[in-house]
Amino acid sequence: MLSDWSSYLATHIGRPVEFVSRDRYTDTLDMLAHDQLEAAWVSDSPYILIRNQVRLVAVPVYHGRPLYRAYLIVQARDKATRSILQLRGTVFAYADTISHTGYLIPRYELAQAGEKPSTFFRKTFFTWGHRNSVEAVAQGLADASYVDSYVWDSMQKIAPNVTNQTRIVSRSDEFPFPPIVANRSISSEDYLRLQKTLFRMSDDPAGRQLLSRLNLDGFTQGRPENYDPVEKMMRAVGDK
Amino acid sequence: MSPLDLSFRFKLPLWGAVLILLTALAVSTSSLIQAYDELKEDQAMDAEVLSNSLVSIVFPLMLHDNVWRAFETIANPVRNIRPGNLTKVEAILVLDQKSKVFVSSHPQAAPLLSDLASLGPDYAWLAERLNRPGHPPVTQVLEPPGSHYIYFLTPVTRNDATLGTLVLVSNRSAFLSRFTEMAWHSALIGGVVLAILLPFNWYWGQRMARPLVQLTQRMGQIGKTLPESLDPRMYQARDELGRLFDTYNKMLEELREKSELERQMVQSERLAALGQLAAGVAHEINNPLGGMLTAIDTLKCHVGIDPRMARTIALIERGLLQIKDTVAALLVEASLKSRNLGHHDIEDIRTLVSAPVHKKALCLDWDNRLKDEIPLPASLIRQILINLILNAIHAAAQSGIVTMEIACVGEELRLAVWNDGKILNDEEIGHLFEPFSPLSEGGHGLGLWVTYQIVHQLGGNISAKRADGQMLFSVRIPLGATT
Repeated sequence: MLSDWSSYLATHIGRPVEFVSRDRYTDTLDMLAHDQLEAAWVSDSPYILIRNQVRLVAVPVYHGRPLYRAYLIVQARDKATRSILQLRGTVFAYADTISHTGYLIPRYELAQAGEKPSTFFRKTFFTWGHRNSVEAVAQGLADASYVDSYVWDSMQKIAPNVTNQTRIVSRSDEFPFPPIVANRSISSEDYLRLQKTLFRMSDDPAGRQLLSRLNLDGFTQGRPENYDPVEKMMRAVGDK
Repeated sequence: MSPLDLSFRFKLPLWGAVLILLTALAVSTSSLIQAYDELKEDQAMDAEVLSNSLVSIVFPLMLHDNVWRAFETIANPVRNIRPGNLTKVEAILVLDQKSKVFVSSHPQAAPLLSDLASLGPDYAWLAERLNRPGHPPVTQVLEPPGSHYIYFLTPVTRNDATLGTLVLVSNRSAFLSRFTEMAWHSALIGGVVLAILLPFNWYWGQRMARPLVQLTQRMGQIGKTLPESLDPRMYQARDELGRLFDTYNKMLEELREKSELERQMVQSERLAALGQLAAGVAHEINNPLGGMLTAIDTLKCHVGIDPRMARTIALIERGLLQIKDTVAALLVEASLKSRNLGHHDIEDIRTLVSAPVHKKALCLDWDNRLKDEIPLPASLIRQILINLILNAIHAAAQSGIVTMEIACVGEELRLAVWNDGKILNDEEIGHLFEPFSPLSEGGHGLGLWVTYQIVHQLGGNISAKRADGQMLFSVRIPLGATT
């Protein structure tokens, strides 16, 4: 899929495009900082960390809007849990150390309730990805996890046998969707061409087909200040 | 009847079959035991290799409390089981130093941080062993009693730092099914070998036993009758059994010769006794007969005998003469001095008998091989030959064949006469040379008696036997014999 997308982008931008993926968010940020990447699709809270070093290129449109949520999921056999505060003494899976939905939100919610995650849960561990978090809960490795709604919904389409082993306890408020950002070192032409290509993907059949495989509606112009609530939340927890 | 008394026909093949079965059983059992041990060793090796490679990956993950990567690492070998794998890994657990679950491939059954002992009786048994101090830093194979699983415990160690234990859970069934498969293969091969060997053994046993059985039966008959010889084709090998066959047949041959000899002896003794008796009676008759004939002669010389008396005297005289002839015939006197026998004597006889030969339209095959004179009395040999030839002509069928051979072989004269007439049985042949033979038709039955007496007085012998559907009379007389 990524190779199809990269060749699509290469054709429309008029230069070769190579996708690079990393397990950990910090790796991606490091590569951006060291000019090893020209553009990246990063989660919202990492974006906050590098907001001053990158330019916002585009924001994916999901279900008609550039927004997503966090789902609190538990194992499907757990019918009782209604809130994260009922998960005392359980094993909890975090996504990444700088994930918004997968790390920031649960700690934020516990902090709001006056709980410390280190003592509230019996054990926590990182899965280094929302998809892995869903798997961890589905397999029973973790009792609960907070995951990206976009990831859970996409998995529901391609791997319902996994998501069916989980149950969504609650859905969070909406947050701005993880954006696509460009390194400040790339030329304005490349920046604009990339942006224009992404915006126009929904206008041609090949682009629409890729978007449908990405489970997105398209890309839109984003504003850095839209992400301010995320930064506020990070400050509240002490991550920034 | 004890099984030891069983016939060789059954005993040999049965013994063979028992030995073959025992051998096959012993060989396959030992190979199965060996295969079992090797399989077990292979399985342990398999598990050890897997455990060690997992440990090397899991160690840093434990060090960094990377539960998810550890889970991915151990879940993989459990999910991807190759069908031929000896070690069917059912589950993998990684325990921390307190024997609590750090991560397991089946978190539902073995949740994180749960106590090993709380996971079930097998695990409680393992926990008890694990808590014993000083277990070696190598893979241990543990089989809890009554369990369906085999556990391979490997310490998660690097550079003397031990973080916990990796537990590999393997199902016994994979091992057992593999072993069963091997056992079946070996049974199949054994079956094929038996299917070849057993019929062969049966055939061989029968082949060995059948001649023995027949030999035993024949030997059992000896004493009552003389059994037949054994067919040498039945057993052609030159081993002890083959030699036994030869010896048996040789013994039978000797027995037959002996019995034939006895029969001949009895016959010649009987004939000798008869000869003595006849001679005695003849002498006793001859004396008064001579007197009576002299008296008749004297009486005839007297005059004045009326014709009726003369006829009576003549009647008595003829009667007495006939008695004299008969007695003379009985009392064979071969004391006649004679010239030597020559070729022409035999030819004379051919001429003499030509009339009856023509009369019966016989084919007379005459083979006279005498050349020079031989030192035997011509008149006696002629008499022998005439008697035999006339007998043969008489016995031969109408238009039949009579064969005569005479030759001088070495130091004896050999004479043989065949006819294709009635074939006599042993009983008849036995009494053939007795006087007044009932077999004589139209004669007084003294011809062969006389011949026999002459031959014996010449020191030879005469015999009658069946040969190729003909009756053969053969005579042997040593040269130079006189009475």
